[in-house]
Amino acid sequence: MARIFAYITHRAGIIDDSAAELLSAANKIDPAAAPTAIVTGSGAELDSACASLCASYAEVWKLSDESLAYPNAELVRKALVNVLPPGSIVLAAHEHFGIDLAPGLSIKLGAVFASDLLEIEGMEGLLLKVVRQEFGGQVSAHVQCDISSGAVLTIRPGAFKALAISPANGQVVDRSADVGTLTAGRRYLETVVAETGDIDITKQNILVSIGRGIQEKDNVGIAQDLADALGAAVSCSRPVVDAKWLEKSRQVGSSGKAVKPKVYLACGISGAFQHLAGLKGNPFIIAINKNPKAPIFQVASVGIVDDLLELLPELTNKIHEMRKVAA
Amino acid sequence: MEILVCVKRVPDTSENEIEFNPEGNDIERDELVYGVNEPDNYAVEEALQITARVGGQVTVVTVGGEDDEEVLRREMAMGASHGVLLADDAFSGSDARSIAAILQAFLRKGKYDLVLTGVQAEDGGAQVGGMLAAMLDYPFASLVNSIEVLDGRKLRISREVEGGNREVSEIDLPCVLSIQTGINEPRYVGMRGIRAVASVPVPTYGVTDLALDPNTVGETAAKVKRLDYFLPALGNGAEMLHGSREEIVARVADLIAAKGGLR
Repeated sequence: MARIFAYITHRAGIIDDSAAELLSAANKIDPAAAPTAIVTGSGAELDSACASLCASYAEVWKLSDESLAYPNAELVRKALVNVLPPGSIVLAAHEHFGIDLAPGLSIKLGAVFASDLLEIEGMEGLLLKVVRQEFGGQVSAHVQCDISSGAVLTIRPGAFKALAISPANGQVVDRSADVGTLTAGRRYLETVVAETGDIDITKQNILVSIGRGIQEKDNVGIAQDLADALGAAVSCSRPVVDAKWLEKSRQVGSSGKAVKPKVYLACGISGAFQHLAGLKGNPFIIAINKNPKAPIFQVASVGIVDDLLELLPELTNKIHEMRKVAA
Repeated sequence: MEILVCVKRVPDTSENEIEFNPEGNDIERDELVYGVNEPDNYAVEEALQITARVGGQVTVVTVGGEDDEEVLRREMAMGASHGVLLADDAFSGSDARSIAAILQAFLRKGKYDLVLTGVQAEDGGAQVGGMLAAMLDYPFASLVNSIEVLDGRKLRISREVEGGNREVSEIDLPCVLSIQTGINEPRYVGMRGIRAVASVPVPTYGVTDLALDPNTVGETAAKVKRLDYFLPALGNGAEMLHGSREEIVARVADLIAAKGGLR
């Protein structure tokens, strides 16, 4: 069985949540394997990340280089290619860094590549059976990968539940001497932090959240009317921001804001995982969608198959009515 | 600047309900409405805006079959100067690596300063752009949400990272970028625009034209194979509300109040 490595990202020495999920994924490839964590960076932050990983990984490869202080996927790729043994299986999280790193790494390692995995069903000989989603999560697919010359696999964040693991008391192995001379055609300059916007959707009790189903900018008012009646705010999924119908600061999801309302009205939102990743604290989700097969209905508490452009105004009227009665 | 944009024809899932074929190994494709992969429109629009600023031409390319020519014409109607179809029986069943290899073979025939893809395909996993870049030894950046052309064959780009933050970098040309949706507002294409490019020739290249070994692409070379499709596990699933709209509205209002929504 090929050796399994998990590339772990960290921020200022704090390891990413994916560390435990990648361990769980490695276990599904080979329950007998003791996967090795690989971390890149420099200085005390890197040492601190390595120390944390020793709690769950038996071996932690430390790749320290000043050029790796900020994670540049091209430099990390070159460092990994220089240290990884042939035929390795490399796991990484399917988030912005893994998306940048993994495809090119698979080419340079001559390894098979499969991305955004939701499940690993196991090995048959040299064939690995995994599960991916297609078409916005409407369908899943079993995919078979020939890993005879190694593999690079990215794992969907949150899809693999962390295992309860006995303390590993791992060893740090310093492979920094082997990373080689690192240069890249892309150079990091700065990070521009997202603006908060006029309304902070992360602090709302109720969110009336709209997706592509709102159809056009003029219809945003329908959701705003309901939000006003409820004393709520309007948030949205990515297509609404892409179409410039609402500000980026209103977007819920992995590339937007993480929110934790009590009640979340998902109106015309299909329920892509990037969107659901922004929903924290187990809110009561009321989903309204014209498509009965929309993935949002898998995670919602209550679902309604209807045209939100007709339903929402009636709901707004009903809320006004209830308020009058209560007053 | 000469820009190549790689596009793909996919089923439009916002318009379709996906059904399985009786064998369960594929979705029913006959009834599906196909169109260009939506993120690819952002890539083409970005390419057109760059060439409008600094000069040059935009070429769109796709790997597929006859049916895929329609997406090339749509992007040409947006303003792309050329469309190229990479089609051959030997390409069928290609995995992402083979698609990247076919595109690499095409890139060898011309000279492009910049290669763009959409951030990911509806039926894909953000794979081909990064693989293609590594094959070409070009720098690569994914999730790009702004591009500024600098002097000295460089771009200043930003990537969308966690929480909507932007990671700003400088990248050397030639390079490959995967374009995030929302970077621009893709222009509208009407029937008139499509008719205007209907007679522009779209060359087709196959294995021989691209000097490809047919054994390195297509089903025989594929190391990643889809076995079947199935419906995702439903979890508990939502309690679906039925009845008249009036009843549903009353129920939803009560639920919101009960869950602490109404204050």
